[in-house]
Amino acid sequence: MKALQVDGLKKNFHGFAALRGVDLYVNEGELFGLIGPNGSGKTTFFNCLTGILKCSSGRVVFKGREITNSAPDATYRMGIGRTFQLIELFPGMTVLDNMLLAMQESQGSMFSRLFRVREEANEQRALELLEFLRISHVRDELAKNLSYGQQKLLDFGMVLMSKPELILLDEPSCGVEIQMRQEMVHYIKELNRQGTTIIVIEHNMDVLMDLCTRIVVLDSGEKIAEGSPREIQNNQKVIDAYFGAEE
Amino acid sequence: MIEQLLVKGLSLGAIYAMIAIGFCLLWQTSRLVNFAEGEFVTIPAFLMVLFYSVLGVPYALAILVAILLAALLLGFGMKKTLVDALITRGNTPFVVTTIALGFFVKDSLTVFATPEALSFPSMVRQVPLQFPGAVFSSLDLWNIFVAAVVIVGVSFFIRKSRPGKALQAVAQNREAAVIMGIDAQKMILLAFTINAVLVAFAAALAAPTYMVKYDMGNELGLKAFYAAIIGGFNQVRGALLGGLLVGLIETLTAAYISTQYKSGFVLLVLIAVILFKPEGLLGTKEQ
Amino acid sequence: MAQANQRMSLRSVLIGWGCALVLLLLPVLVFRSQYLLYLSSLTCIYMIVACGLNIVLGYAGQISLAQAGFLGIGAYVCALLGPVVTFWVALPLAGVICFIIGLGLGFPSLRVKTHFLAMVTLGFTVIVYLILVNEEKWTGGPFGVFNIARPKIGSLSFSSPASYHVVVALCAFLLLLLAFWALNSQWGRAFKAIRENEGRAEMLGVSLRNYKLMAFAIGSAFAGIGGALIAPLFGYIDPTMFALGFSFQFLLMVVVGGTGRFEGPLLGAMIMALLPEVLRVTEKFFPIIFALAAILIMVFMPKGSVSAVDWVYKKLTGQEEPHLTK
Repeated sequence: MKALQVDGLKKNFHGFAALRGVDLYVNEGELFGLIGPNGSGKTTFFNCLTGILKCSSGRVVFKGREITNSAPDATYRMGIGRTFQLIELFPGMTVLDNMLLAMQESQGSMFSRLFRVREEANEQRALELLEFLRISHVRDELAKNLSYGQQKLLDFGMVLMSKPELILLDEPSCGVEIQMRQEMVHYIKELNRQGTTIIVIEHNMDVLMDLCTRIVVLDSGEKIAEGSPREIQNNQKVIDAYFGAEE
Repeated sequence: MIEQLLVKGLSLGAIYAMIAIGFCLLWQTSRLVNFAEGEFVTIPAFLMVLFYSVLGVPYALAILVAILLAALLLGFGMKKTLVDALITRGNTPFVVTTIALGFFVKDSLTVFATPEALSFPSMVRQVPLQFPGAVFSSLDLWNIFVAAVVIVGVSFFIRKSRPGKALQAVAQNREAAVIMGIDAQKMILLAFTINAVLVAFAAALAAPTYMVKYDMGNELGLKAFYAAIIGGFNQVRGALLGGLLVGLIETLTAAYISTQYKSGFVLLVLIAVILFKPEGLLGTKEQ
Repeated sequence: MAQANQRMSLRSVLIGWGCALVLLLLPVLVFRSQYLLYLSSLTCIYMIVACGLNIVLGYAGQISLAQAGFLGIGAYVCALLGPVVTFWVALPLAGVICFIIGLGLGFPSLRVKTHFLAMVTLGFTVIVYLILVNEEKWTGGPFGVFNIARPKIGSLSFSSPASYHVVVALCAFLLLLLAFWALNSQWGRAFKAIRENEGRAEMLGVSLRNYKLMAFAIGSAFAGIGGALIAPLFGYIDPTMFALGFSFQFLLMVVVGGTGRFEGPLLGAMIMALLPEVLRVTEKFFPIIFALAAILIMVFMPKGSVSAVDWVYKKLTGQEEPHLTK
C-alpha cells in the first residue's frame, strides 16, 4: 500500500503559485527524498501535507485515507510526524519534559491527564529514545542549554515519541557538523529499517545519496524529475535547475 | 428632542473618540495596550486646574501649557521610561504595568492633591442656541467643533506629513518599515506624543462636565477601550466611529431606557462585536 | 545560567503540605486578637483567589479582569442562598456556578487575541457590578446584604473569628492542594509548553483552546469560592466591594508575587493583605507604594518577588530553590 499519495497539489499565495500541481507517491517503508533549489516549494509541500497551510487544490491521501486540509494536530495524531528547519523546542523545559510533552496530548483526554495516566510508560519510552539518540545524559538539562546538534536530536526524538508511521524531515543535516551528520544518517536509516516511512528534504547531496532510494525533484513548484539517486544526479533538467552548483 | 440627544451623544462621543484614537495609535505602532489611558486624561486635567485655579495663569495659557507638559510627560517621558523598558517583554508585562501606573496616579492624586472634585470652566459659555427646529447646547456644539478640528488636524498630519506617513508605515508593517530605514522607536515616540496631545484636548473638553477628580479617568479610559474595540483597533477611523457610537448609544440609552444601564448597553454591543466581528466594525483582520 | 529544576520527592511534598496546613491553622492558636484572626482569614481568601488567577495569568497566559465579578457572584450566592441551603451547600455551589459562567465567558473570547479576554472580562465585571447595584429586588441594590450568617453544623457554630478561620483555612488548604496537584499533572507540562512555544505545542496536539478554557474556568471557580468565604467574614456585602478596581488589585497581587510560579500569588496575597498592617504608619501611602512597587517589579524583577526569595535561598544554602511546579 502506498503510505502517501498526493495528486495535483496546488498552493497559491495571493497570486504567487508556490506549488503548481504536484503528483507523487511514497511507498510504505520507503526512504524518500525531496530536493530542489531554494524556493522550489519543498517546505510549502510539507506544510500542506501536515495541514499548517491549506491547499489551494489537490488531494492528499495517507494510508488510503484522505487527509487534505486536516488540522496540524489532527495529522500529528494520525501518525505523521515532522521536524522543522528552524528548530522549535520548548527552551525553558527540560529535555525529558520536551519529550513527554510530545507524547502526552495524543493519549487520553484532558481529564485523564490530571491523573498522569501512562506517564510512567511515556517516561520509559522517552528515556529509551534519548538513549537511542545518545543524548540521555542531558535529560534534565533545559532545552535552551543544549548545543545545536543536541537540539536537533531532541527535535528528532520528540517526533519519534508518538511512533509516527510517516516522518517528514526538513533538512535534518542543516547546520550540523560532519560528525553529527553521520550520526543523523545512522538514526534515520535505523528508523527506516524498523519500518517507518520517511520523506527527507535535503540540500546536502552526500547525505541524500547515502539515505534515499527514490527522489523527487521540485523546481518552482513543479515536479521536474523522479528516480533513483543516480538517475537524478545525471538528469540534465535537474542540473539545469540547480545550475549545477550543489556540492 | 431626538436631535438634541444626537448632538449630545456626538459631543460625548467626540471626546471618547479623541482618547480612543490616541489609544489606537499607540497600539498600532507599538502593539502595546495602555490601561492607564484614562489617567493620561486625568493628568492634563489636573495640570490645567493647577495652572488656572491655583497659580492664576490665564485660561488659554493654562490649557496650552498643560498640553505641552502632557506631551512632554506622557509622550516623551512615558516612552523613554516604561515603554523602552518593557516593550521587548511582550504585551502582558506592559498591560500590568499600566494598570499599576493607573493606580499609582489615582492614589497619588488622592493623597498629594485632593480626593475632592474640582471644577474647571468650559471654553465657551453654556447657553442654549436656537436653530430652526431645535435647541442645542452651545457647549455640545463647541465640543464637537474642537474635537473635529483636532481629529482632522491629527489625521491630516498622519496622512500628509513625512513623519506621519512613516508612522503609518510602522503601524501597517513594522518589519517592512524598518527595512526601508524608518526608525520604529521614533515613530512610537511620535505616537505617544500625539496621544498625549489628543488626551490633553480631551481633558480640556471633558473637565467642565465631568469635574476634575482623581478617578475621572476610570470612565473615560473605559469608554475609550470600548470605542477602540467596537470600532476597530487597527484603523484610526475605527476608533473615531467607535467613540461616536459609544457616545450616541450611551446618551440614547440613558434617555430612552434607563440611566443606570447606559454603560450596560454599550457593553452588550461590545460583547456582540467581540463575538461576531472581533477585529471591530471598521477593523481589518490581522494575519 | 538557569539550572534544571530538581524533581521533588514525594516525602518532601508531604512534609511541605503538612507544614502548610499547620501554618494556615496556626493563627487560631497564636492570635487572641479578633482583628488578627480576621486578617489571617482574609489572607487565606486572597491566596485562594490569587492562586486561581495565577492559573489563568501565569500558566495559561491570559489577562483576566473577572475576579471581582466572580468574587461578587460567589459572595451574593452565599449571602442570598446561604440561609436557604446552608453555607456548606452554597460554598461549592458558588464555585460550580462560577465555573460554568467561566466556561461560557471563555468559550467565545478565547478564540480571539489575548487582550480581548481582558476586555471581555472587564466588561463582565462591570456588568456584574451594574446588576448588583440596580437589581434591588434580588440583590438589595446599593444597600447590600446584611447579617450574613457564619456556618454551623447542627449545634456546632463557626461564628467566632477563630472557628471561622478554621473553616477558611481548611478551604484554602484544600483548594491550594487541588491547584498544586493539577499543575503538577500533565496539565502543568502542557501549560508550560503553551507559554514557551504556543505554535509548536499546538502542532504536537496540545489543544490551546481547551487548556486556556479550563484555566479560565478554574480561576473563575476559585474566585467564586473566595467570594462565598468572604461574605460571612465581613458579615455584610455591597456592590462597591466588587468593583473593577478589585480585579486590578488581584492582578497586581499575582504579578508582584510572581506569575507562573505556584508560590508567587501566595506571596503576593500575603503582601497585599499584611503589609498595610506592618507599615501602619504609612497606611495612607500604602496603595501608592504598592502600585509603585508593582511597576518597579515589572521593570526590574519581572519574575516577581519570589525571585527575591529564590535569591535569598541561594545565598543561604548555595543551591537553587526547587520550584514547586514544573
